[in-house]
Amino acid sequence: MVDLEDERRRVDWREVMHRIAAGGPLRTILAMALALVIGILFIVFANADVQRTLGYFFAQPGDFFAAAGKAIADAGTALFNGSIYNTKAKDPVAGFRPLTETLRFSGPLIAAGLGVALTFRAGLFNIGGQGQMLMAAAWSSFAASQIHLPYGIHLIVAMLFGFAGAALWGWIAGFLKAKTGAHEVIVTIMLNYIALSIVTYLMRTPILHDMSKGNNPQTLPPDATAVFPKILGDDYQLRLSFILCILAVVVYWWLMRRSALGFRLRMVGLNPDAARAAGINVERTWIIAMVVSALFLGLAGLNQAIARDGNFNQHVDEGIGFDGITVALLGNSSPIGVMFAGMLFGAFKAASPAMQSADVSPDILGILQALIVLFIATPPLIRAIFRLPEPREITDVGTRRKPQLEQGSAS
Amino acid sequence: MTAPATAPSSSLGGQLAAPRSWRVPIVLAVVAVLSLIWFVVFGKDDPTRFTWSDPGDVLYLDPTPANPRVLGIVLGVLSLAAAAASFRWAWRRRPVPVWLSLIVGIAFLVSLVAWVGAGGQITVESLLTSTVSLSTAIVLGALAGVIGERVGVVNIAIEAQLLGGAFTAAVVATTTHSYELALVAAMITGAAISAVLAWFAITFLVDQVVVGVVLIALVTAITNFFYQQVLADNSAQFNDPGTLPRLAIPGLADIPVIGPVLFDQRLTVYLMFLLVPFVWFMLYKTRWGLRVRALGEHPLAADTVGIKVNRSRFWTVTLAGLIAGLGGASLTIGYAGAFVQEMSAGKGFIALAAVILGRWNPWYAALAALLFGFATSFRIWAGGAGAAIPSDLIAMTPYLVTIIAVALVAGRVVAPKASGKPYIKS
Repeated sequence: MVDLEDERRRVDWREVMHRIAAGGPLRTILAMALALVIGILFIVFANADVQRTLGYFFAQPGDFFAAAGKAIADAGTALFNGSIYNTKAKDPVAGFRPLTETLRFSGPLIAAGLGVALTFRAGLFNIGGQGQMLMAAAWSSFAASQIHLPYGIHLIVAMLFGFAGAALWGWIAGFLKAKTGAHEVIVTIMLNYIALSIVTYLMRTPILHDMSKGNNPQTLPPDATAVFPKILGDDYQLRLSFILCILAVVVYWWLMRRSALGFRLRMVGLNPDAARAAGINVERTWIIAMVVSALFLGLAGLNQAIARDGNFNQHVDEGIGFDGITVALLGNSSPIGVMFAGMLFGAFKAASPAMQSADVSPDILGILQALIVLFIATPPLIRAIFRLPEPREITDVGTRRKPQLEQGSAS
Repeated sequence: MTAPATAPSSSLGGQLAAPRSWRVPIVLAVVAVLSLIWFVVFGKDDPTRFTWSDPGDVLYLDPTPANPRVLGIVLGVLSLAAAAASFRWAWRRRPVPVWLSLIVGIAFLVSLVAWVGAGGQITVESLLTSTVSLSTAIVLGALAGVIGERVGVVNIAIEAQLLGGAFTAAVVATTTHSYELALVAAMITGAAISAVLAWFAITFLVDQVVVGVVLIALVTAITNFFYQQVLADNSAQFNDPGTLPRLAIPGLADIPVIGPVLFDQRLTVYLMFLLVPFVWFMLYKTRWGLRVRALGEHPLAADTVGIKVNRSRFWTVTLAGLIAGLGGASLTIGYAGAFVQEMSAGKGFIALAAVILGRWNPWYAALAALLFGFATSFRIWAGGAGAAIPSDLIAMTPYLVTIIAVALVAGRVVAPKASGKPYIKS
């Protein structure tokens, strides 16, 4: 008996090792490492100096490795200098600017990632981030330039306009899904194009456009009272909108983990039939999921539209609605995960100019971004490459739900 | 799970009949009435001149002047008649034939063109030729999408296949000076991207939409990277393919309007003309096609009769990628003459919409793709003609039509039942 008690108290190291090897964090690290290796291959073999040394590789392999090493080091330095601390800056104030730029770029990515993650959890797929962001940008821009209000109130009104525009666009997709069964993927893609057309049109009319400034689509510059204020002084571009994006992480956590609505969303995502049997109005939950998701994307849109002093054109979304999908996947739809994924991709964005000036095409970061998500999305591939054991429970990426047909099958 | 989709009506001696479906007739009637109201009440009386051929052509047809309002009345009445006929079909519980919808749609488009071009001239030939050029990639992408969904895999990465095909076609054509090799390379690229999609979706059971989206991001980034790093500075060496020569079919090419549109095109367009009936024939008239459709509707049944579900799905999707890759080639060596960053510009997503709008049928999907091409061509022309409707708003009509069509069609069982669902043998 004593032996048995002892046995229980003793840590089962094999079990611990198994958990580490089969668990998510190790897999995430390995996926990133694998993506990095492939990314480095791209950097090395696209480098002009390296290509030159390849011509006489067998005569002097040392030259090749020196050139390759230099290419990697240059890219790495540019990435660090561009996203964390600029070692070439004259003073620390300028030195830390890249870090604040990383945060600035990560804000909308986090908000968009949360919006997409929410739909993943509800068993939906919101690919319409572009349209929702554009609507938020256009509506907030209208309030920011055409309505004139005192400091404080004006910003809030502009934000409310933006949220309303985004929510409307999300509602259409949710409503059509709930009432007619139209697939939300195709509807949101179409709504992206419709939003782009409408917003471009409005940017040529007096509603959003200064008609004396030619016919190119462009908004009016916003009033100074309707712009998010800078929070670290004039040396840095970081604005209040970033704080809102971090608050959004908390809101998302509370919504999904603590609120009754979040419970319903997750239940519908896990099994709509069971949710319906339990008395949940699945159709209404879909509509709510799309609207709330659009609100997060609306925040991303506000970040792009009125977290700047100047005006903008119809490409103000910068593809963040699409990037939000990769952020949500990398973050596994969890609030903390999405936050860090957003910051990682924000760092990539912030480093782009530095990469460009170091003669490495910043698109390498896009490749890296896509590869990381591709590998994260395929646990079996990573497990096969690194010979990791299978976890006890298999879940679908993004949704944390078991693959539909895998349930109950003994494989 | 396997309950019959339609209630058997004959088993109870005809007492129970399937409900009549009024959706399509109602939509057609609404379109007909609205177009009558719009083009007659807000109609214009400045005559529109439809020009059919260039002065230098072998056969020259005089331009036809037409009063847009009169044309609107004639075509509106025709639409109303078609809508009335469709009510008859619905009353007899028969599906409304597609040609009735086509009559209404084409009548609407012609009235719209005449209305916008009132007081000016419309070069029918150039409007249609550019429609064909602009829709080639969409048609080919849609064909790949149809095959993929028919076999049960949602290929959302058509965009990536078009972009990848466009890139390799440009680079291979420039470096080898062979358009044939370029076409083959583009097709292989499309197939390779399809194979990755199928591999991840079938072997690793990753959500098909997720892999598709990530592949689009990956291919966009890779082509951007090589464009920036290699092509941009050495365009003469790597990115100067020119376009395929126009192959005029002797005799037929001289027919006014039809000749230039159908018989004086590039190889990619001819291949598109051939592939639409070919894919239809393969899907509906061969044993292979029957198997493909079985895999998309009921993989378990297909498995039971000995079809290797996952292996067949993988190869079918990969082969479909060949067609999408060809679509990519039609963007560079078939149209633009050089690769530009992100030149697929959402055409893959539009192809996906054409698949659904075309009800997973190669012919209808191709028609839907042509509608998207026409909308782009019309927008460019209307922008130049100084139309009363802003061209930005014209641009969004096909997307609006898609949403309405998807919302109307979605309730009925037309999609391959197992499309998008992985099959796990237990």
